[in-house]
Amino acid sequence: MAVLIEARELRKRFGAINAVDGISLAVTKGEVLGFLGPNGAGKSTTMKMLTGFLEPDSGSAWIGGISVADQPIIAKAKLGYMPEGAPAYGDMNTRRFLQFIAEVRGFDGAEANRRVEAAVEKAALQSVLDQKIDTLSKGFKRRVGMAQAILHDPQVLIMDEPTDGLDPNQKHHVRKLIAEMAKDKAIIVSTHILEEVEAVCSRAVIINKGRIVADGTAESLMRRLSYHGTVAMHVPSSRVEAVKKALLDFSAIASVETIGSANGKVRLQAAARDGAPAAPQLATLIRTRLIEAEEVVVQRGSLDEVFRQITTSDDGARHG
Amino acid sequence: MAELLRKTWAITKREFAAYFSTPLATVFLIIFVALTGAFAFYVGGFFERGQADLAPFFQYHPWLYLLLVPAVAMRLWAEERKSGTIELLMTLPISPWEAILGKFLAAWAFIGVALIATMPMWITVNLLGDPDNGVIVASYIGSFLMAGAFLAIGSCISALTKNQVIAFIIAATICFLLVMSGLELVLGSLRAWAPEFLISAISSLSFLSHFDRITKGVVQLSSIIFYVSLIVFALFANRVIVEMKKAD
Repeated sequence: MAVLIEARELRKRFGAINAVDGISLAVTKGEVLGFLGPNGAGKSTTMKMLTGFLEPDSGSAWIGGISVADQPIIAKAKLGYMPEGAPAYGDMNTRRFLQFIAEVRGFDGAEANRRVEAAVEKAALQSVLDQKIDTLSKGFKRRVGMAQAILHDPQVLIMDEPTDGLDPNQKHHVRKLIAEMAKDKAIIVSTHILEEVEAVCSRAVIINKGRIVADGTAESLMRRLSYHGTVAMHVPSSRVEAVKKALLDFSAIASVETIGSANGKVRLQAAARDGAPAAPQLATLIRTRLIEAEEVVVQRGSLDEVFRQITTSDDGARHG
Repeated sequence: MAELLRKTWAITKREFAAYFSTPLATVFLIIFVALTGAFAFYVGGFFERGQADLAPFFQYHPWLYLLLVPAVAMRLWAEERKSGTIELLMTLPISPWEAILGKFLAAWAFIGVALIATMPMWITVNLLGDPDNGVIVASYIGSFLMAGAFLAIGSCISALTKNQVIAFIIAATICFLLVMSGLELVLGSLRAWAPEFLISAISSLSFLSHFDRITKGVVQLSSIIFYVSLIVFALFANRVIVEMKKAD
């Protein structure tokens, strides 16, 4: 697959702070990369270097095979970028603003109008065409920012927190839009809303302190959690020891832990050997040995927890 | 080349329209016309002189520009930086020059509109007598060039800060120094101790001395070069400052 976005060992330092400390990544056509990280991790700085707004101290950025540093205008022409907060000229109305963008991007006459119309339709802006951007709601402003970024149907789309501060309906709309465009573009979306990664991204990269600490699908990231695939069950306290023994006698089960107790019930967590899913083994066990479990839950974990685990521990600073 | 001009033109159009998106532009134009008129009539003694020319009108242009041009220039970059649109602008497929030139030309055109709005003065003086229209044309051109130089400095300063008020104050101060450096008041105080070449250097840096010569009908190449090179220099500095400050 064609690599459309590439970062090679990008570094940027602001005074004493290493904002971005050697980030390399490649995004191919058809991929939607979720760019995650705590505030101040270097997400925006990385995106600013990829889009040519900031010059890296060292390393290089490539858009559609073009070096952003050497041929900035050609690279920028291939790129649609929505900066954080979707800034736009507030004194203009939506139509004028998009026409301005079309003109600067080299479209004129009928072609410019066609482009503006298409972008307006995609971002559902028909109702605010003649309204000043300053007077628009946050959701509409964000959509104006998106319309501006997709107006020239770029190969590469980079959006800094496109759904930040939107209501659930607006988020849904933005995600749907991203999903629709995904197949013939390379897209990077930064976010700190992790559900978004599961909803739209084919791949997630987590960065912390300017370095990549995790890279993979949402599923593969969740597998990093120690309890991913384990089974939790509620057992009456009187039966705990018997259940534990029964579980441990079974060779497929590696460990059983007590993870909590309340109202006369104990919560146990059973893990299978070699990190395999514990559920299939336990299903047989529960049926045959008649373990009295009132509730059995397969623990998947959440990206939130992966995120916290990776970005708060010092181990996280190593490449993962 | 055509491509470069088209993008510059797109930015110029946008910036020019931005001036008129609030009533501020109209207010500015009215103040400019009213003040140039008032200075000419009341301070310059337009009637009392008994001469059909516009010297008392042009005489006060440098002093009016001192406050009005920085007001026109202050928003050019400060606002882009404050609202974050600079990130949008600088990631569009344009060169920084197109952005800088586009903005500068828009502001300059706005000053041009203000100057055109003073044309009734010209008509009046032609009705009253028989002025030397060549001198008046030269003075208009000189005034426009001088405004361009003030403006380029203002644009450059505007890129230094996100705060338009600060941009205004710094630009007005610098322009003030550049005007004052030609006054006898300043030069006289230097003459006592400074060498002659320094005094003539300072005096030749002055907006006033060049403009005075133009309004007397002496259009020297050196004066035109002075203003044009000042514009070019300030816009170069503007470019450097934009690059330096854009991400702050």
